[in-house]
Amino acid sequence: MTFEQFIFYIFATVTIVSAIAVVTVRNPVYAALFLILTFFTSAATWILLEAEFLGIVLVLVYVGAVMVLFLFVIMMLDINIDPLREGFIRYLPMGILVAIVVAAEIVIVLGSDTFNMAIPDPVPLSDSNTKALGEVLYTEYVYPFELAAVILVVAIIAAISLTMRKRQDATKHQNISEQIRVNSADRLRVLKMKAEEKQ
Amino acid sequence: MDSLIGFWDSLPSALQTVIVILLKIVAILLPLILAVAYTTFAERKVIGYMQVRCGPNRVGPKGWLQPIADVVKLMFKEIITPTASSKAVFFIAPILALAPALAVWSVIPFFDGGVLANVNAGLLFVLAITSLDVFGIILAGWASNSKYAILSSMRIGAQMVAYEIAMGFALVGVLMAAGSLNLSDIVNAQSGGIQNWFMWPLFGLLVVYFISGVAETNRAPFDVAEGESEIVAGFHVEYSGMAFALFFLAEYASMILISVLTTLLFLGGWLSPFESFEGLLAIPVIGSILGSGLHWLVFKSLIFLFLYLWFRATFPRYRYDQIMRLGWKILIPVTLVWIFGEGIAIGLGWEPWK
Repeated sequence: MTFEQFIFYIFATVTIVSAIAVVTVRNPVYAALFLILTFFTSAATWILLEAEFLGIVLVLVYVGAVMVLFLFVIMMLDINIDPLREGFIRYLPMGILVAIVVAAEIVIVLGSDTFNMAIPDPVPLSDSNTKALGEVLYTEYVYPFELAAVILVVAIIAAISLTMRKRQDATKHQNISEQIRVNSADRLRVLKMKAEEKQ
Repeated sequence: MDSLIGFWDSLPSALQTVIVILLKIVAILLPLILAVAYTTFAERKVIGYMQVRCGPNRVGPKGWLQPIADVVKLMFKEIITPTASSKAVFFIAPILALAPALAVWSVIPFFDGGVLANVNAGLLFVLAITSLDVFGIILAGWASNSKYAILSSMRIGAQMVAYEIAMGFALVGVLMAAGSLNLSDIVNAQSGGIQNWFMWPLFGLLVVYFISGVAETNRAPFDVAEGESEIVAGFHVEYSGMAFALFFLAEYASMILISVLTTLLFLGGWLSPFESFEGLLAIPVIGSILGSGLHWLVFKSLIFLFLYLWFRATFPRYRYDQIMRLGWKILIPVTLVWIFGEGIAIGLGWEPWK
């Protein structure tokens, strides 16, 4: 076993154990933390594959931003766990059925001819991984890439427009640009008065 | 001496590599921790003089042993765990806060070739690891089981996620100008004297980067996490002793990191401003001082570190909605416009930084 394999097995074990822990631990915050650990170790595995750009971006986007928001929501909601656990036996048959269907679908897809090929030789990269990815993304796949960006923007706008509520009547609002534009002449009146006579 | 060399040669080569790497890590972390200790001292002194006081001057000559005394005091204090806290997370949180702040230093170059890991995508690595800082704070707030702590960590979490975007965009401008993600390459792209530093063509990004850096490290005027009048001491209100010291260490280590990064990205890092004056550099002793080297990096970083302290003594704390407005409505549009202009300049082949 080479050193690289040794490192791979360590990360793989941690990934699998923490992925199992995500669905088995009782506390939702711990589950989110294990999900973070899963992401982090998968990023390490990717970096072992010399895909350093993807690995770092996984940490940056999922661990650094998405999971922070996840944790936010979970902490704010203060979920009561016990009602969620009720009816486990009642829903069990349905759950098992769904699990079997999903597993069967995965087996069928992975067993098809599309995936039945020899492992391709890794193409040696002439330059950094980041540069190689960027060149492909902005030349060959530029339209799919831009399309994905547009879809994301549409999703953001949709999410905002669905949740935005104007409550001008109930809350006090400030117009900050108006506040900044204020100058002393608007607020302060300097009065000129005649000094009193000395007595 | 010979026996030592013989012992060294008898070690397996893998172990030799590990030992060398460990020694390099110690060589980076030891000065860093000393720097952190004396940054706290400098902060108290500088703010003291700005407020016409003396600052600490009792321990040691002129107060120079004050940070040592602070460390000893913190080490001997009892660590108290709140009764209804989540114990494991409560103790993991300070470690999670400190670990990223130290890990980033592995890709920071200190002089030409003086870097622990010359990573290809160094800038991305810095961004990714610094984005993990927020977990220590969020978890500390949650695990403390205190309303003040969780309010503080909610505020700081939203603030850090918001300012990370402006910070990332400012870095995009730098990597567009340098054409590389490697930090050593970025510094070397600025060689040729003070007029070639990125601070001139990318001045707006420098300002945005440093402001968001101050916000990222939760320093005044963006220190809503510690609004004393509202939420006591913020996310670390339940921490004492060394557990608190780790948060303190992490905050100052990231302060120094932001200063060094600003220097590397915009002020030419270890490069001397007099690089174009060949005659000046040929003078024996003065030439080596004026020439490029680690001392320039330290000197330039100290300027930014001083700015941190100056801000703290000068500006009143921002209100929360003003922080969000500054981040989303001012800093991000500024960086977007700047990157757009830079892209046009590169497209037209008009590149003032070359």
